[in-house]
Amino acid sequence: MMGGHEAVSEEREPERFSPLEKKLLDEAQRSFPVCSRPYAELGARAGCSEQEAYDIIQDLRERGIIRRIGGIFSSQALGYVSELVAMRVPPERVEQVARIVNEYPGVTHNYEREGEYNLWFTIAEESRPELDRVVAEIIGRTNVEQVIRLPASRKFKTMVIVPFEG
Amino acid sequence: MKPSGDGMELSELDRKIVNRLSGDLPDGMSPFATVARELGLGEAELLEKVTGYANTGIMRRFGAIVAHRRGGYAANALVAWVVPDDKVAGVAHVMSDQDEVSHCYERLRYRQWRYNIYTMIHGQSRDDCLKVVERIAARTGRRDYRVLFTVREFKKESVRYFDR
Repeated sequence: MMGGHEAVSEEREPERFSPLEKKLLDEAQRSFPVCSRPYAELGARAGCSEQEAYDIIQDLRERGIIRRIGGIFSSQALGYVSELVAMRVPPERVEQVARIVNEYPGVTHNYEREGEYNLWFTIAEESRPELDRVVAEIIGRTNVEQVIRLPASRKFKTMVIVPFEG
Repeated sequence: MKPSGDGMELSELDRKIVNRLSGDLPDGMSPFATVARELGLGEAELLEKVTGYANTGIMRRFGAIVAHRRGGYAANALVAWVVPDDKVAGVAHVMSDQDEVSHCYERLRYRQWRYNIYTMIHGQSRDDCLKVVERIAARTGRRDYRVLFTVREFKKESVRYFDR
């Protein structure tokens, strides 16, 4: 799990990025070169050396700005089924229920949100029966009675790029 | 779009590669050579596979995943909208056009929970998010919605495919 249970409202020193960092962040997000020497290619695009590109990207990874460099796959094309699940949890039980939900490796996002349905998580599994089994197990173990299961029928936008250059 | 559960045929090797690449790229100047070595492949073979995944649409892209909140977007909200079925395509198009909207999905609607369109909105503050919601509402005429601001993040990860 990344970053533990972080309060979103928590004040954090605003990050500052140099023009080169911004350029590299945008380039690395859009498409990290799939080749033998990716940082040389990245540096060529951003106007710096291979070593500079590598050092800056490593620093951004260490600072937690870049969470991961890897493939962004189409879960559907890979045969995975996923679902958004909303739970109405008594406020005093939110942390305990969230901890149980987090235990499941298929759960990728888990957020406390404002509103009567206050815990929202997404889960992806290799098949519909497996997804149903895991969701039923979570409901059973957490003992939450009001649950809404929201499979997606159409995905209009799945953006993953955070623009840094204005 | 293919119905769920109807994935492409993937070999054992493909599954191993996809599993590895849905994790993090290793350090070093030649990270793909390192991954190839881990998997017992030649680097050229791995690079060809990865390019193939991009061409067939199995992989949307290969790149860095950035923490939204660390990029200066401190506030975010899931907004659930009620949109009549015959208006979904047009409304979703307008929503998806907004830079502050990162995700726009249509989801199953229930009689007791009539929201069928879900947008993830990012802003520097709550007010910023609400302005985007108001802009979308004005442009689409959709006034039946709920703004579900994030209170706490308990987990945020990418799917690690074929890990079991």
